[in-house]
Amino acid sequence: MSQHRGEAPLQVPRYSGSARINHWVVAISFVLLMISGLALFHPSLYWLTGLFGGGPTARWLHPWLGVVLVIGFLGLFLRFFVANLPERTDWVWLARLRHVLAGREEYLPEVGKYNAGQKFVFWAQAFLVLVMFVTGIGLWPVGLAYFEQLLGFKATIDQRRLAAVIHAGAAVLTIAIWIIHVYAAIWVRGTISAMTRGTVTGGWAWRHHRKWLRKEIGKEPGGPQPAE
Amino acid sequence: MSQLQPAFGLAKRSATTGALPPAKAETPVAKMIDVSKCIGCKACQVACMEWNDLRQDIEENVGVYENPHDLTPNAWTLMRFAEWENPERGQLEWLIRKDGCMHCQDPGCLKACPAPGAIVQYSNGIVDFISANCIGCGYCVKGCPFNIPRISTADNKAYKCTLCSDRVAVGQGPACAKACPTKAITFGTKDDMKKLAAERVADLKDRGYSKAGLYDPPGVQGTHVMYVLHHLDKAPLYAGLPQNPRISPLVELWKGAGKYAGLALLGVTAAFGVVHHLLAGANRVTHEDEENAEKLRGGGA
Repeated sequence: MSQHRGEAPLQVPRYSGSARINHWVVAISFVLLMISGLALFHPSLYWLTGLFGGGPTARWLHPWLGVVLVIGFLGLFLRFFVANLPERTDWVWLARLRHVLAGREEYLPEVGKYNAGQKFVFWAQAFLVLVMFVTGIGLWPVGLAYFEQLLGFKATIDQRRLAAVIHAGAAVLTIAIWIIHVYAAIWVRGTISAMTRGTVTGGWAWRHHRKWLRKEIGKEPGGPQPAE
Repeated sequence: MSQLQPAFGLAKRSATTGALPPAKAETPVAKMIDVSKCIGCKACQVACMEWNDLRQDIEENVGVYENPHDLTPNAWTLMRFAEWENPERGQLEWLIRKDGCMHCQDPGCLKACPAPGAIVQYSNGIVDFISANCIGCGYCVKGCPFNIPRISTADNKAYKCTLCSDRVAVGQGPACAKACPTKAITFGTKDDMKKLAAERVADLKDRGYSKAGLYDPPGVQGTHVMYVLHHLDKAPLYAGLPQNPRISPLVELWKGAGKYAGLALLGVTAAFGVVHHLLAGANRVTHEDEENAEKLRGGGA
């Protein structure tokens, strides 16, 4: 991390306290869902149920964690979907993915709060969370009975089998995208402070989200203000 | 509560990778239910309740013979009554089928089960649920081609007919077979039961049931509960008995190729991250970047 001639670098607020809490509620429930889900995905991972106090507890907890995640993710969605709407420059960014992976940001267009990769993560996870919620209900006897009564239908056995296949497939995709999300946060140094302290350095914003930095600085002559 | 019978060796064990300890290969057993001999007395249901100490709650009479209305965690066998007007013979046939676990040679419940040892198949073919290992996930329900397992809301475990594995372990036949007053239910080695069934099928054919036969569906590699049916070609007449049962391709996909493809994708994604970091290195903010940000602030103010 660079230091500005011994001075602390400019700090730009990126995420408010409530946005960070919201993010970590989703993150923790996601990790717990992943562990309890993978435990039932393959026999060699069944030992992971031990982290929850055994198979029956892991199985019982999993759908309720899903409810926490869905509510939490809805919060993230409402906070961030506007900033994640696609723009024309996203296609330029994607076309130069080679430079992105090589870290040559000088060849990339100026990016707003989110680049095309982050937007892909956002929309893909939003879609997969929805898919996993619907199919998860189909695998959850208590929840299914509730929704069947509420909506006046009866799921057939083949629909429930299909739900199991789709749920597992969507889970694999969502975990793969989560790996990309976590890796990107590690690879692009200086990112994680956005979700821990809520700020990034000016240099980080200049390098990766210059359009956003200009906007933040332009907002208030006295300095950037917290944003979500 | 359904328990492991240590008297038998295991042929299959749910959610278990690697080989099972070698076991003595026992002679396959079977229960043969001759539907043409059944009088619908429900002695089998009572015997099952009694031996397994099960008590189904009393339900409402809705004007049908089935009692209870369906299989439940406390009713592991159920007489299902169907009426059919046989157009060839011009007569009403009362087709009574004793429903319950078929003890498939290729059990879909066991294939779907994610809990190690919650479902086992003994080397004699009996498929047993082991309550102590069951996590109540309900995957067996999705795996079963016959709609048999039921999850108890009392203890959140799956239940079904054990083929009286605890009785068979000590040289007895199932309680239902013992109680049957017409010998419609018989129990023995699968070979003996097939021979007995062949006699019964010949008799039925003699009496004009040209399509009579033994229901031992090959789609699940045969079953250890078999039916002699007067109309083998019309299995669904018998309260929806599937004509060609097999494990759903969706379950095969879910529990077969899907698993390995899924784990492979996750492995490749993680490996990509590691390799990328080794090759590209960290994406660090430079001194210049910080200075440019400072300049921008200066200019914007």
